[in-house]
Amino acid sequence: MRRIISVLLENEPGALSRVVGLFSQRNYNIETLTVAPTEDETLSRLTVTTSGSDKVIEQITKQLNKLIEVVKLVDLTEGSHIERELMLVKLKATGSQRAEIKRTVDIFRGQIVDVTSTIYTVQLAGNSDKLDAFIQAVGPAGVLEVVRSGVSGIARGEKVLSL
Amino acid sequence: MELLSGADMLIRSLQDEGIEYIYGYPGGAALHIYDALFRQDKVKHILVRHEQAAVHMADGYARASGKPGTVLVTSGPGATNTITGIATAFMDSIPMVVLCGQVASTLIGEDAFQETDMIGVSRPVVKHNISVRHPEEIPEVIRRAYYIASTGRPGPVVVDIPKDMTTPNERYEYVFPKKVKLRSYNPAIRGHAGQIKKAVDMLMAAKRPIIYAGGGVVLGKASKELTELAHKLGFPVTNTLMGIGGFPATDKQSLGWLGMHGTYESNMAMHHSDLILAVGARFDDRVTNATEKFCPGARIVHIDIDPASISKTIDADVPIVGPVDAVLKEMLGLVAESKERPDAEALKSWWKQIDEWRAFHGMRYETSDTHIKPQEVIEAIWRITNGDAYVTSDVGQHQMFAAQYYKFDKPNRWINSGGLGTMGFGLPAAMGVKLSYPDSEVVCVTGEGSIQMNIQELSTCSQYNLPVKIVNLNNQALGMVKQWQDMNYESRHSQSYMGSLPDFVKLAEAYGHVGIRIDRKEELEPKLREAFAMKDKLVFLDIYVDPFEHVYPMQVARGSMKDMWLSKTERV
Ligand SMILES: Cc1ncc(C[n+]2csc(CCOP(=O)(O)OP(=O)(O)O)c2C)c(N)n1
Ligand SMILES: [Mg+2]
Repeated sequence: MRRIISVLLENEPGALSRVVGLFSQRNYNIETLTVAPTEDETLSRLTVTTSGSDKVIEQITKQLNKLIEVVKLVDLTEGSHIERELMLVKLKATGSQRAEIKRTVDIFRGQIVDVTSTIYTVQLAGNSDKLDAFIQAVGPAGVLEVVRSGVSGIARGEKVLSL
Repeated sequence: MELLSGADMLIRSLQDEGIEYIYGYPGGAALHIYDALFRQDKVKHILVRHEQAAVHMADGYARASGKPGTVLVTSGPGATNTITGIATAFMDSIPMVVLCGQVASTLIGEDAFQETDMIGVSRPVVKHNISVRHPEEIPEVIRRAYYIASTGRPGPVVVDIPKDMTTPNERYEYVFPKKVKLRSYNPAIRGHAGQIKKAVDMLMAAKRPIIYAGGGVVLGKASKELTELAHKLGFPVTNTLMGIGGFPATDKQSLGWLGMHGTYESNMAMHHSDLILAVGARFDDRVTNATEKFCPGARIVHIDIDPASISKTIDADVPIVGPVDAVLKEMLGLVAESKERPDAEALKSWWKQIDEWRAFHGMRYETSDTHIKPQEVIEAIWRITNGDAYVTSDVGQHQMFAAQYYKFDKPNRWINSGGLGTMGFGLPAAMGVKLSYPDSEVVCVTGEGSIQMNIQELSTCSQYNLPVKIVNLNNQALGMVKQWQDMNYESRHSQSYMGSLPDFVKLAEAYGHVGIRIDRKEELEPKLREAFAMKDKLVFLDIYVDPFEHVYPMQVARGSMKDMWLSKTERV
């Protein structure tokens, strides 16, 4: 099953490589990985999406917790949560395609953020399925370049991951 | 206010940490540190002949004393030479701090002379590693390194020290921190009371219980509590290879150790048990054999300081995360208070069954009129040393024989590389023990393959007068490899024959030690006694043993715990 694990990490050089190293060393897979400092600059927030049996996921969280620089972590998929991924897509847009693409972008609540006579660059945020669906909808043939940020997530309601 | 250079701070921090010995080897990036070492006499440095040996020495010391060992090496090749030693310590959760020189921070990333990314290279085999970024942080970093290495589930910590962090004429205020606090590292200090209660209820209800005690009992200094609990309950105890000595081997409740080359009775009792109390053990593949066939009728209580060791390979019914000594103490309290007692009738018939298993095999081996059997060498050493020696070993058949036939009644006496299985471990580990326990008998049981992986340390032994006894069970082969080839490859002995052996007697003499060769059965006991009578000499005993011997019992690959070869021809 796909999981989103969110980690508060000491914002120190080398901490990220320990997390990444752990995944390759123990043969866990990483689907997406995002990391950035938080409002407290001594901490980074890292989000990793991975998949595996319950046993594997349990090991992943335990092994992550063993890393000295991991302060706290939560498996967001255990409760209700919000997940978002940002995508920038460069699309071939000429002639009648232009109106069609514009309509599709609107339906997906995306924005065209850059335009040339033959190109639209589209920005889209949402969960990963929605981003996949957009690519399907515009037709992969017209897609020139895709950049995805990887998943970020946060729990719904009162729950917070903080010190 | 006291102003010190980074190098002086480093050595002062070691003094303040209470470090007596460090084992190491100098080189460019560590020279400021070596100079600081020279200008004091509290911390003593042992100069090895290869950095790997320095790490194994620190490791041997740590295993015998329960305190962290310390290593000092230079950057690049000095640092990379420590990796096998660090990985060895990591696999067996041994506390140690490895201080590595590094090129100046201004040169890092430029492929400077003797630059290696030691933080990156060591990452998968350390509990933690730290790079010094400012000389002022050295006392804090050192304090933290020892704290992390020796608390929770112990392990090696590497400290990488760029040369410009130790520059002699740059001085800073020296303050040794009284306490370490890390917001992201808080090892458990006690187990969950509810879980412990549940576990005790299960112990009382068990009909065919067994205690499976691992290296965590030795590392966690809990053998007293474990022994008391086992005696109170009257349960059989089996140890892992790493847990040997955690429960006295000569106690009648001891079944010996379990797993691939464990005793018949241990493996049988595990397989047929209805309750396993696992204490500081990690259900690794050399114990469980095929996990899907593991102990089908058993419920499992698992105590460990490391949550990641619980339900990793085998699911626990009652997991208890905590230090084993504290948890066992709490269990003892509950057992004392409880009005219930284990089912005496059930236990009686369980013991009857176990005694039948014992009688059936009982670690028998075939003796020979012509050849010295490796097993009888170990039995003789056990007698001669009154079962009270520190025994280190290398890796191979000799290791298994030593573990099987030397009966350890105390913890911290059996010192081997169980997790990584590092040939070359035995001699330097023995040296580390002897240095700190000069009045104790220290024996290194080795093979002619393994000893040659760190034989250069015979020179270190002369320099520091380390009169260990080296027992070389010479079968003229990489015996364990050869055994597998006999059993799985129709005796095609691919590269497992050791030709061109040196004359070990002359070799020992060349280093200033005593060498004794034993190849006739009747000489065995007298010559061993002669060797062990030489208290202040290193004696290298080159003992020609039966080259065809195999280690048994041996679990059948991919079978359950009870599927074993008991000799070359008997399979159960
Ligand atoms: C560094 C290292 N290389 C290879 C091995 C694989 N190995 C395990 S046992 C063994 C043979 C050891 O031979 P020896 O020291 O003579 O012991 P014996 O089995 O003959 O008693 C080998 C090569 C190992 N454990 N460690
Ligand atoms: Mg051999």
